[in-house]
Amino acid sequence: MSRKIQRDLFPGALEMMILRTLKRQPLHGYALAQHIKRTSDDLLQIEEGSLYPALQRLLKQELVKAEWGTSSTNRRVRIYKLTAAGAKHLQHQVSSFERMLEGITRVLAPGES
Amino acid sequence: MNWLTQLLSRRQLYRDLSEEIQAHLDEKIEELVADGMSREEARHTAMREFGNPALLEENSRDVWAWPSIENLLLDVRYGVRTLRRNPVFTVVALLTISIGIAANVAVFTVVNSILLRPLHYPQAEQLVALHQVAPGAEGLADFENGLLLSPSMYFTYAEHNRTFQSLGVWGAGTANATGIAEPEQVRSVAITDGVLQTFSIPPAIGRWLLQADQVPDGPQRVMLSYGYWQRRFGGSPAVVGKNIMLDSQAREIVGVMPKGFQFVDADFDVIVPLAFDRGKAILAGFGFHGIARLKPGATISEANADIARMIPIWMDSFSNGPGSNPRVYETWKITPMLRPLKQEVVGNVGELLWVVMGTIGVVMLIACANVTNLLLARVEGRQQELAVRAALGAGWARIVRALLVESLMLGLMGGIVGIGLAYAGVRFLAATGPSNLPRLNEISLDARTLAFALLLSILSSLFFGLIPALKYARPRPNSALQSAGRTISASRERHRARNLLVVGQVAMALVLLLSAGLMIRTFQAMRTVDPGFSDPQHLQLLRISIPDSLVAQPQLVTRIQQTILEKFAGMPGVKSAGFVSEMPMEGFDSGWDEIFAEDKVYADNTIAPLRLYKYISPGLLQTAGTRLIAGREMTWSEIYGSQPVVMISESLAAELWGTPSAAIGKRLREFPKMPWYEVIGVVQEVREKGVQETAPAIVYWPPLMANLFGPGPVQAWRTMTFAIRSERTGTESFLNEVNQAVWSVNSNLPLASVRTMQDVYDKSMARTSFTLVMLGIAASMALALGVIGIYGVMSYTVSQRRSEIGIRLALGAQRGHVLQMVLEQGTKLALVGVAIGIGVGLGFTRLMSHLLFGVTAHDPLTFAAVSCLLIVVAVLACYIPARRAMRFDPAAAIRYE
Repeated sequence: MSRKIQRDLFPGALEMMILRTLKRQPLHGYALAQHIKRTSDDLLQIEEGSLYPALQRLLKQELVKAEWGTSSTNRRVRIYKLTAAGAKHLQHQVSSFERMLEGITRVLAPGES
Repeated sequence: MNWLTQLLSRRQLYRDLSEEIQAHLDEKIEELVADGMSREEARHTAMREFGNPALLEENSRDVWAWPSIENLLLDVRYGVRTLRRNPVFTVVALLTISIGIAANVAVFTVVNSILLRPLHYPQAEQLVALHQVAPGAEGLADFENGLLLSPSMYFTYAEHNRTFQSLGVWGAGTANATGIAEPEQVRSVAITDGVLQTFSIPPAIGRWLLQADQVPDGPQRVMLSYGYWQRRFGGSPAVVGKNIMLDSQAREIVGVMPKGFQFVDADFDVIVPLAFDRGKAILAGFGFHGIARLKPGATISEANADIARMIPIWMDSFSNGPGSNPRVYETWKITPMLRPLKQEVVGNVGELLWVVMGTIGVVMLIACANVTNLLLARVEGRQQELAVRAALGAGWARIVRALLVESLMLGLMGGIVGIGLAYAGVRFLAATGPSNLPRLNEISLDARTLAFALLLSILSSLFFGLIPALKYARPRPNSALQSAGRTISASRERHRARNLLVVGQVAMALVLLLSAGLMIRTFQAMRTVDPGFSDPQHLQLLRISIPDSLVAQPQLVTRIQQTILEKFAGMPGVKSAGFVSEMPMEGFDSGWDEIFAEDKVYADNTIAPLRLYKYISPGLLQTAGTRLIAGREMTWSEIYGSQPVVMISESLAAELWGTPSAAIGKRLREFPKMPWYEVIGVVQEVREKGVQETAPAIVYWPPLMANLFGPGPVQAWRTMTFAIRSERTGTESFLNEVNQAVWSVNSNLPLASVRTMQDVYDKSMARTSFTLVMLGIAASMALALGVIGIYGVMSYTVSQRRSEIGIRLALGAQRGHVLQMVLEQGTKLALVGVAIGIGVGLGFTRLMSHLLFGVTAHDPLTFAAVSCLLIVVAVLACYIPARRAMRFDPAAAIRYE
């Protein structure tokens, strides 16, 4: 359920991962889910379906756009693409995430202080 | 994308979304199958890894929607469907709610119109009534109006005040309008300069009465009310400048006040100027109501201090004539107690209205409790449905909301129907309300009433919606899904809420019944009081005034009055007739003054208690059925001979000389230079101000008396109430004959206040009977709702325990025992409710002790009778379901599952 994801990840994490994935190449929903799963080595417990509310949010904020097309396996699918605003947003999110991660790491690092 | 295109393209977005999700699942399944899974297994795996597609799809859509509003609409649609599926439940619940809301909105409309809305004057909050009290002046306490203002007070206050924009005095009276087809008595108010400025309402046409119209012996002017202008002149604007004859005197019309203008609480036809002669003003003559407009920012307490400052100025500037001591009024302790004008208009009706509002509010609570019980029973029946919804992924907040939306819809629909009913109710109330209810013509529904109705609907929805919602919406899908198929006897816990509600209902119904019971006892007690007259239904009253512009000579006035009496007595079916300056409870207040007894010593510089003065004809006592306790009545020859004879009331005789018979032959007078008057008769007590007020001390003077002030040797009392004792009272032919009789004596005399003594009596009881009717209605509603509540709960309990009772019967329980068991359970609830109700009632009835008469707020008889009534009715309400339980066929009851 979507609530569970928000508990496991911090808010906005899923969106960030989607944007990052789409930055490499436009993908449709299923491929996106498989890619995130594969690259995270199944470390993140994400329901595939929970991508869709997140995608809708990104669509609404116009960070991605969607077009119906044909997949490599010749299926009719909706392919998501990063927009310019999405790329900018991603950059911003990633840098603030890295700062946050660094802060957390320093606090968690043993014996430094 | 702006919100509009979003709204328009949303259908497309949603279609894309479902298609996409379906495609995702398909692709996943294909892949898994390709990896060697069976199709069935693949579908399960795909679903598991995907999550709940319906919920996720909904969450995705929520991104685009205004989710709260759209879900709400969904809930509303769902609610309408459920309500329509259960028409009986819906109708019963709706009826209960709408009647409750209607009663509350109707009463609130009255409260709002009378107590809350400002008066219809510009900056009405600045208006004050110049009310003052004089605790040192004994007898004045009988005045409802405190100490009115004298002309000299008006001059002092108007000239020396620092806190008022404008100030004036006024008095209400009547005048004879002649010169039209039939002479007519009109209601007049006499005003000084400053009164119209205080109201600040411009005239509809013409101009105000101004200071130039207040000159003594100057030109005579008049203003008309809108109603009188329409009635008598057809609303013609040409009336300005014309003359009308008032009290046989021509007056020039200078203007007309606009429609809807209210003169404080007085209905009036004409406004005439008071032309006080400042040079002749003395201290006394406390006969006028004062009204003023405060300066912006000035408070009532500042104004009070201002007037207190001016009272010594008043005593120093005027006197009561050479040799009198103006400082005598210091002993009166005259104290200004200005009141907002609204309070003056509304009077003491506020307390009554709040009591009615409170009781009607309790009825609403009982109605809500009933609906709660209905909803509880229904939600219990819907457990399975709710469990299915929860299992399909609805959060419990969502279910609570759905249930609440249903109750809100019930409440709002009830509110709409209720407003309609309330509108009719307000018409009814305005028509049946006591005629002395102030601002009755202003009662109407307004925005505040509608807001109240809305608030009430929402609050009651929350009341009856939250309890079942919170009780049953908690997530426990498993237990509900499993047990819903089989009804087992309900646990104690499941009944607790319902039982509590029934106990509360019974307690509240008891409190209302107690209040109604106490009012009935009050009414009975008032009926048994001897008011000082008998058989009021057959006592015809009418008032005739003979102005001195019509008949100047005092003896002739009395002669005309006597001739009218003789004409009346000669009419067929008339037993006797008489006249007096006012009959009891008429409220004309003909006059009050002090009395000095010959054999008593009075200290200087004090003012004796004030007594009510009446002027009376021979035969009046017999006509009215008022008993003569001792002595005799005065005779006509004594009256025309100006013999110094007087009658007094029983209490005055007892106060001055101990017993009625001891008073006969004693002498008294009004002021030092007056001859002594001999007491020749003592009259029984008369409840002058209504049966619940103690009878005042009364002095009955002859209608024609030696004159000590004005010109001429004698003075006559010119305005009299005539009383005719006849079996024919009230019939049209009788009233025609009465008119003819008066006009055969003088065709210029109008008849006013034509009514029977019964009308006067009823009017004085109006406050009590209105309270009685309102509480009676509230209490009957409460009783009916309470009984329905008990009946409903017991029926439901019995049907829930059907199989248990069936097993008991199958195991050999006596049918009588089953009956007893159910009855016992119901009676126990009723008893607990009654006990609580008595406790609450002891506190509540004390609040209404001002409305009671001849009965204490804790009257044991009322408490006992009402409790018995309620218990009996409650047992009867349980009897029907109990009998049904007794007749269960054990085999059928068990098989029923």
